[in-house]
Amino acid sequence: MDFELAGACFSHGPKRIFTNLSLGFAPGMFHAVLGPNGCGKTTLLDILCGHRKLQQGSLRAQGRDIGAWRRKELAKAISLVPQDYQVHFPYTAREVVAMGRYPHLPRFSPPAARDEAKIEEALSVCRLEDFAERLVTELSGGEKQRVAFARALAQDAPAMLLDEPCSSLDVRHSLLVLGIAAKRVREQGGTVVAVLHDVNLAARFADTLVFLKEGSVVASGPTRETLREDILETVFDTKARVAEEPALGVPQVVFL
Amino acid sequence: MVNPDISKPARPRPGPAFALLVSGLALLAAFALGLGFVHVELPAVARILVSALTGQDVAAAGITPVERAVVLEVRLPRVLAAMAVGGALAVAGAVFQGVLMNPLADPYTLGVSAGAAFGACFALLLNLAALGAPSVPLWAFAGAAGSLLLVMYLASSAGGFSSNNLVLSGIIVASILSAGIGFLKYAADEQASVLLFWLMGSLASKTMGDALLVLATAIGGTLICLARARELNLMALGPRAAESLGVDTSRTRLLLLAAASLMAAVAVSVTGIIGFVGLIVPHAVRSVFGPDNRVLLPISLVAGALLLLGADTATRALLPGEIPIGVVTALLGGPFFLHIFRKRRVGKYGF
Repeated sequence: MDFELAGACFSHGPKRIFTNLSLGFAPGMFHAVLGPNGCGKTTLLDILCGHRKLQQGSLRAQGRDIGAWRRKELAKAISLVPQDYQVHFPYTAREVVAMGRYPHLPRFSPPAARDEAKIEEALSVCRLEDFAERLVTELSGGEKQRVAFARALAQDAPAMLLDEPCSSLDVRHSLLVLGIAAKRVREQGGTVVAVLHDVNLAARFADTLVFLKEGSVVASGPTRETLREDILETVFDTKARVAEEPALGVPQVVFL
Repeated sequence: MVNPDISKPARPRPGPAFALLVSGLALLAAFALGLGFVHVELPAVARILVSALTGQDVAAAGITPVERAVVLEVRLPRVLAAMAVGGALAVAGAVFQGVLMNPLADPYTLGVSAGAAFGACFALLLNLAALGAPSVPLWAFAGAAGSLLLVMYLASSAGGFSSNNLVLSGIIVASILSAGIGFLKYAADEQASVLLFWLMGSLASKTMGDALLVLATAIGGTLICLARARELNLMALGPRAAESLGVDTSRTRLLLLAAASLMAAVAVSVTGIIGFVGLIVPHAVRSVFGPDNRVLLPISLVAGALLLLGADTATRALLPGEIPIGVVTALLGGPFFLHIFRKRRVGKYGF
């Protein structure tokens, strides 16, 4: 699954979000999108999953214009973990994760053994077995966010879009969730596009970084080439130091 | 660390429960048909119904024409209307709550009932009924749809509908509409007393045509919503997630809101405003059976029918005079509304 944005323009009412944005997301890689608040990261994901339509320019997913995809095909190809992970009615965690199978089920047919297996697998890799029968409305923020991630995993789409998937997670669970996403990329050749706030998590898991500022790409490319002090300072307006972390074998950032 | 049994919801199996509720409803209906000034025993009620359905008079041997007329022509339309209105309002409430992701939504609190009543009053006063029977329900639907759109417009913000905005907008629109209805009553002059009783919600003196109209709308509307129940379930994840799973949220929302408004409007056009049924029933059903709309909608249909028929039969049998059923449901439902409102504010529902 790959994405190719060319000359993309998008506005929210009078507010310009993107002007002439061109960006590619190659298949089989973990892409992290980084940038300050309000730079258009969430809108970018909304556009990639077809939730919002470009006013100008084109978006191709797997070489096909996004508008040419049928809804259910798109849902089988791209899953999304939105920033808002609230569930508005007291479903159990298992019921929420089972909703991820919706695009794979014909109308009125119950989940088959294959669907049940995907649901169990998603619950177990996210370490949610103990929460499976609990009401999602009674879980903590971090637990709810893991349920939302497990729901997207159960959807079993080649591309996963993650919008700040760790915003409510503690360190252990942040590493768990991004580790699962990275493993899928490595082992199944999936594509992940993750909006992240934590530059160090991005440096640790992502193959490529995209730095956005005010709706434009400041830099994009392989993590080692783009994680540079000058780029970080331009994007975040904060002095930064990049140093190799021997324990991880990747560069990490300290903001000064 | 976590004991999975602590809050594991114990939900009854929906199939048997549905069958049980339907049998309970049938029994209550038969009982209600026999109850009143002319008392008819249950077996006699059953024989009258059988003879009317099969067209064979043999089954009705030994039953006076008065008993037959009372059961079939006076009480049957009322019983059917009570069941259909209760069911329609309950399903409409469940659908509004699901689509707007709001536990306080209900045809009454959203101002939809008031809109329907305004439309119906308008049609009644202008005597549009002379143009053909369905015009009152149609005007009621127009009023309901119009007020729903207005309430949604008033309450909408960037992210969706907040509970408080929605209820406040519903109250604002309903109070403007009730002033409008007041004006229509004033303009109506001598017809005002008829309007007044109808507006308070009454099941008395309904024709078989009225009853069948609501019944057909209630069942048809429930089936339409049931066909979209899985999509309605997914909408609880929020519009972004639902879209990413392949749900056409705007079309689904439009279809469901139209069906629910139609159900509420036809119910109101026949019986006037009967409040809170759409609030109480889905809540009670959800707390027992869980929020899955594939279960919630059909059970709410039957439970709503049970509630309203029960309330109507009880007021008819126990109280000396005729009390408008809308007053009864408001007296029961008002405190319930306060209870949910308070619980929601202390965060029990996580809204």
